[in-house]
Amino acid sequence: MSTRLSSGGRLIDRSAARDFTFNGKRLTGYAGDTLASALLANGQTLMGRSFKYHRPRGVVASGAEEPNALMGIGKGSRFEPNQRATTTELFDGLEAESQNHWPSLEFDVGAVNNSLYKFFPAGFYYKTFMFPRPAWKHLFEPIVRHSAGLGKAPKDRDADRYEHFYAFVDVMIVGGGIAGLQAALTAGATGARVLLVEQTAHWGGRAPVDGVEIDGQPADQWIKNALQTLEGMDNVRVRSRTMASGVYDHGYVLAYERLTDHAPEMDGPRHRLWRIRAKQVITATGALERPLSFAGNDIPGVMLASAVRDYVVNWGVSPGDRTVVVTNNDDAYRTALALHGAGLAVPAIVDARATVTGDLAEAARAAGIRVLTGTGIASVKGKKAVTGVTLCAQAGEGAVTEEIACEAVAMSGGWSPVVHLWSHCGGKLTWDAEQACFRPDHDRAPTSHDGKPFVTAAGAADGVLGSADALASGSNAAVAVAQALGLSATASAPSANDPHETPLEPVWIMPQGAGPAKRMKMWLDYQNDVKVSDVRLAAQEGYESVEHTKRYTTLGMATDQGKLSNINGLATLASALNDEIPNVGTTTFRPPYTPISMGAIAGEARGDVFQPLRRTPMHAWHEEQGAYMEPVGHWRRPYCYPKAGETHEQAVHREVLATRNSLGLLDASTLGKIIVKGPDAGRFMDMLYTNMMSTLKPGKCRYGLMCNENGFLMDDGVVARIDEDTFLVHTTSGGAEHTHAHMEDWLQCEWWDWKVHTVNVTEQYAQVAVVGPNARKLLEKLGTDMDLSAEALPFMGWAEGKIGGFNTRVFRISFSGELSFEIAVPASQGRAFWDALHAAGAEWNATAYGTEALHIMRAEKGFIMIGDETDGTVIPQDLGLGWAISKKKEDYLGKRAQERSHMTDPTRWKLVGLETVDGSVIPDGSYAVASGTNANGQGNTQGRITSTYHSPTLGKGIAMGLVLNGPDRMGEVIEFNKVDGTTVPAKIVNPVFYDPDGEKQNV
Amino acid sequence: MLILECPCCGVMADETELAPGGEAHLKRYGPGSSDEDFEGYLFHRVNPKGVHFERWRHANGCGKWFLAARCTNTLEVFATYSAQTPEPPQHVIDAIRAKRPDWSIEA
Amino acid sequence: MRRYSAFAIAREAARYHQGWERAWASPEPKKSYDAIIVGAGGHGLATAFYLGKNFGITNVAVIEKGWLGGGNTGRNTTIIRSNYLQDASAAIYEKARGLYETMSQDLNYNVMFSPRGVIMLAQTHHEVRGYQRTAHANALQGVKTEFISPQRVKEIVPIINLDGPRYPVLGGLWQARGGTARHDAVAWGYARACSDMGMDIIQKTEVTGVRKENGAVVGVETSRGFIGTKKLGIVVAGHSGVLADMAGFRLPIESVALQALVSEPIKPCMDCVVMANTVHGYMSQSDKGEMVIGGGADGYNNYTQRGSFHHIEETVRALVETFPMISRLKQLRQWGGIVDMTGDRSPILSKTPVEGVFINCGWGTGGFKAIPGSGWGFAELMARGYSPLTAEFGLNRFKEGRFIDESVAAGVAH
Repeated sequence: MSTRLSSGGRLIDRSAARDFTFNGKRLTGYAGDTLASALLANGQTLMGRSFKYHRPRGVVASGAEEPNALMGIGKGSRFEPNQRATTTELFDGLEAESQNHWPSLEFDVGAVNNSLYKFFPAGFYYKTFMFPRPAWKHLFEPIVRHSAGLGKAPKDRDADRYEHFYAFVDVMIVGGGIAGLQAALTAGATGARVLLVEQTAHWGGRAPVDGVEIDGQPADQWIKNALQTLEGMDNVRVRSRTMASGVYDHGYVLAYERLTDHAPEMDGPRHRLWRIRAKQVITATGALERPLSFAGNDIPGVMLASAVRDYVVNWGVSPGDRTVVVTNNDDAYRTALALHGAGLAVPAIVDARATVTGDLAEAARAAGIRVLTGTGIASVKGKKAVTGVTLCAQAGEGAVTEEIACEAVAMSGGWSPVVHLWSHCGGKLTWDAEQACFRPDHDRAPTSHDGKPFVTAAGAADGVLGSADALASGSNAAVAVAQALGLSATASAPSANDPHETPLEPVWIMPQGAGPAKRMKMWLDYQNDVKVSDVRLAAQEGYESVEHTKRYTTLGMATDQGKLSNINGLATLASALNDEIPNVGTTTFRPPYTPISMGAIAGEARGDVFQPLRRTPMHAWHEEQGAYMEPVGHWRRPYCYPKAGETHEQAVHREVLATRNSLGLLDASTLGKIIVKGPDAGRFMDMLYTNMMSTLKPGKCRYGLMCNENGFLMDDGVVARIDEDTFLVHTTSGGAEHTHAHMEDWLQCEWWDWKVHTVNVTEQYAQVAVVGPNARKLLEKLGTDMDLSAEALPFMGWAEGKIGGFNTRVFRISFSGELSFEIAVPASQGRAFWDALHAAGAEWNATAYGTEALHIMRAEKGFIMIGDETDGTVIPQDLGLGWAISKKKEDYLGKRAQERSHMTDPTRWKLVGLETVDGSVIPDGSYAVASGTNANGQGNTQGRITSTYHSPTLGKGIAMGLVLNGPDRMGEVIEFNKVDGTTVPAKIVNPVFYDPDGEKQNV
Repeated sequence: MLILECPCCGVMADETELAPGGEAHLKRYGPGSSDEDFEGYLFHRVNPKGVHFERWRHANGCGKWFLAARCTNTLEVFATYSAQTPEPPQHVIDAIRAKRPDWSIEA
Repeated sequence: MRRYSAFAIAREAARYHQGWERAWASPEPKKSYDAIIVGAGGHGLATAFYLGKNFGITNVAVIEKGWLGGGNTGRNTTIIRSNYLQDASAAIYEKARGLYETMSQDLNYNVMFSPRGVIMLAQTHHEVRGYQRTAHANALQGVKTEFISPQRVKEIVPIINLDGPRYPVLGGLWQARGGTARHDAVAWGYARACSDMGMDIIQKTEVTGVRKENGAVVGVETSRGFIGTKKLGIVVAGHSGVLADMAGFRLPIESVALQALVSEPIKPCMDCVVMANTVHGYMSQSDKGEMVIGGGADGYNNYTQRGSFHHIEETVRALVETFPMISRLKQLRQWGGIVDMTGDRSPILSKTPVEGVFINCGWGTGGFKAIPGSGWGFAELMARGYSPLTAEFGLNRFKEGRFIDESVAAGVAH
């Protein structure tokens, strides 16, 4: 059983106890513990269940690569599933629960035992569960889904906050081991802006654990000094608990800082996402130890040798009283020595290599540890915990030579450089046969916008495993990077003691000749339950590409993304295919390096600040009135202003009738307003609009249509000519930015020699439509220096002057068919002007109306609405707007497009009005049905509804729609479909339902 | 996150400041042009896996359009230059050839 | 081909699964074929399958530069739906959806079609009207959809936040028989069935040229030599322009990167697909338990299969707002695929200016859901020269100005 040692543990503070719970059980650890080390200290070796077979799982690693010890941590709105116990720092009150089991961790009915899992090899689900057909969705899939998944889903809205942080640096160094620190020292000395990040809370990486001495002093001392030096440099920033999660194109790097995960009582955001623009990146991300593939290597108690060493040295935790070390390289001997030094028994070091003569092996032998060379593990004994191992000759098929009782197995299959960040953005790898690993190919580094490399690997991440070499590598990387930045730097690295080591021998399977039965018990991917036999099966069945194998077996697709399993899996595949590992290749490395919270990605943008809101100057008034608002682009506009007890529909009808009968006021400030100015403005306007704008006289307004170059109607609105050189273009609400960009596109990229300047002044003006028979009376009551009479300021005219003391521009335009003045005032005066209109208009029952009343009134008049009558497929000719298309102009945007055969097709559906026979309202989006079906068996159609309302003015349902030969079919009744399969009969009529002669607006 | 230098204001602009605008140097065909020419102008694109001449607007910056020669496969930016340029200027072609001696401009 | 079944698994379990045969053969190319498909993705393999199954054309090679199913087939968010607005789209996607219903049985390969339902959220009044229009169109097209209330949305998706301060949920377009399938399995299942019919799936072989005589195709040059054929189907999403260039014609296509991501797996919490087009994001939960999230495409030409982080950010931000509980999930992996965007964002299934050369491309962000329908129609087009399913998707539409524009109703995402 694992336990806390009576002394030791360089990272824990034995004077600071920390209480926590695991599955409701109260336990105690120390400050500096991880959840994993604290659990081990409490004898809790069983920490979870695997994904597919629900096999018992213990912790196998000590860091970010951990695939097994995943926990649900926290409660309620602070619950988070799938947290790695190895990277969770212990704090007082931490509540953890294990995952993926029912009813309990110790007894899981979902567990598939040794005899049954033969029936669930890789990809078994592709071969069965097919009959009867509905059974997949209703029977098998629910079972699969409920047994899969890992942690519980959080239920509540996240109570924590997150933030983004932007940084611009010359050199970003990832990894705070000795190579990264040395790189930062060298780079920092050049004066470059340096950011150094380390994913854990501690600096120095493995060197202090491994007993390295640098410049003749313990590694810890050198690390402390290095950090002090770095913190003294103004141009260097260092951040721990910050994981560089991805390297993106052109030197963009994301880093994920965990601010309060270790101390939830602290104020402030929980995570901070660093968005970094780095000119150069040094990846000193270290290496990960590989497991070995032997039967039973997934039983709790089998751990990476380096992890065992970490638990002993860093946290004073024993993995068990007796630990067998199994290895193919010298590094694992350090673990044996560490265990021995802590007073724990190492019954044997099982080494697959035939001869081992390195310094570490000699030290182990000198310490009295039995070293068995040419030997492998035949199988691990135990179910929920290791009880022993049987040994065999590595070269053979697994005949047992010996059995050793033990409580833990420390395994090492060699080290794989962490090449993720190097690879994210296109960096290529090369196979290092000597160390049996992929490492960065320096000749094929990721390249930036200038085509030059911008990522440099250093230390173990570059395949440089010795301490002295890693320090030199860090310094050399910094020099290379400085040179790329045009800075001068000198390489200098301290010395370090490295023992002489015997070279590693690749061991991909143990023993070498293991047969099918054994291969079914050799785990490659612990979390997803992928075994050597599964990869071999994939190859046997033709899933030969590494991507096929990965997807067929789910190898490397677990939450550790194959950090432990990938290389072993590739080697197994290569062996099954009788090919070389480099020929098999790797799967693609994708960000993030380890999972990052969605909350951090979303950052501050949630709730009310999810997206910026555009407000008109009258916005607050609308809210005070309790308006029901609707999103229109990034604006909010009042849909209607319901009074107490009113439904929305009732409110809309009241607003329509009040406007038609007396006086309505509309906040039209969202209307787009663009100034087009210059000697060539008229010429430009003629290209933008389908009709002639250059002939418009100053003081007058004209309605116009704007098409895109593909011929489709894009926007419409009223243009006012301010003076000879100046037009004021009104666009639809929400259309201003798009229209302005459209203008600039043509001005800058096509007609760049035309002398025209455009400015979007939408937000510079508030605009109010004063509408209804009493509109003029209201303005006159407020007092004006303009003559607003029909004679002086006729329909489609505009004037500038004062109303009620406000500077205004008054446009005699109408979207309702009533007498109407659209009045623009400076935005800063908008609210005051609006209030003045309401105060003075009280005697005529001045009524604020919203977008729905606006829509109904324009539909009653047969005016089109962009977005209703148009949908991006409609041309002006479809809408009976031929009068607004100039026949004289040689060219306008969209003209050539409108000459194409489909655009001139006489069978295009055309705009008409529609009145239901029974007075009801045709459903929105309804289609006019025609007889028969088309070649694909779909019901034929002959038109569709574009707008449909109950008209309060006329007291019946009215609609507009596009109908085949519609204008030629006046009076004909056609049927519109409902979703229930029935139809509504409607008569084709003129789309102008109300005041067809325009008498009301022309007064 | 691409970074391109706006030739108008000289800023090295992140992609989030920029709005992409598709292939550059399209010749506009208006009324009177053939169906084939008009279709080509509006829809046919070189879409190379390699050097691409393209339009960008410094939309959240100076507001100006500019053109870029960029590799769609490596994302290397060879040059950015004025939008008021009917065809790739010699210095841009030279900048590309310096990196890609075998490259030739597509029709 | 030995059939897959629970009994077969039991039989093999007794001998450590040593007896399973290859799912598809790995043949040497022949000198010529009756038809060659370039591209062994879902669409290419489905085309080959229906050439054999519906038209008896089995002397077929499917040539693949990399590995079958290695492109967008295995790189998408696995959504299947047919609630399209325009008749032509609804026809081909509904044909596909119907074929997905029986695909596992038809191919004897479990593609895990899961008709768990698809909701497209309406978050503006404009969107409400757009989806109501789609529902009316679907009613006539034989596509079963309905526009549902916010309360129904909440019943179907309990984790949704109806009252986002910016974009409240005003309803949704619900297709109960939409859903998801296991994307890789679709390619693998078709490949196995094609191989079983005697077709040659030739992987790791690059087409380097298209040989023509008198304006008609006579074969393709490949990295393994010349292979003759009089019928060539080009089905190479992401690289259509490159192949068209070899054949000597141009396409109204631009290639851009589309990104997606998954969370770590969690226990089931959402039993349907939700698409939120106003805020640019969509999400479903895989059988493994991962939340599968798709977002927008980059606007610039890109062949790198990776994209910029800010698109991911935008999508995740939108989904955290829509599904607040995902804030404490973690992103596991992000990836990109290269998609072909046409001038009207609808696909091209067409004859080409070169006699005997057919092209199937331009599926943009929506290709996976169409695979069987696309294969069915494209096979018919190749075999007979005409298919009602593909008739509207010809290349000529761009010249005529006859577009199939789906953005009309549904915003951007597929």
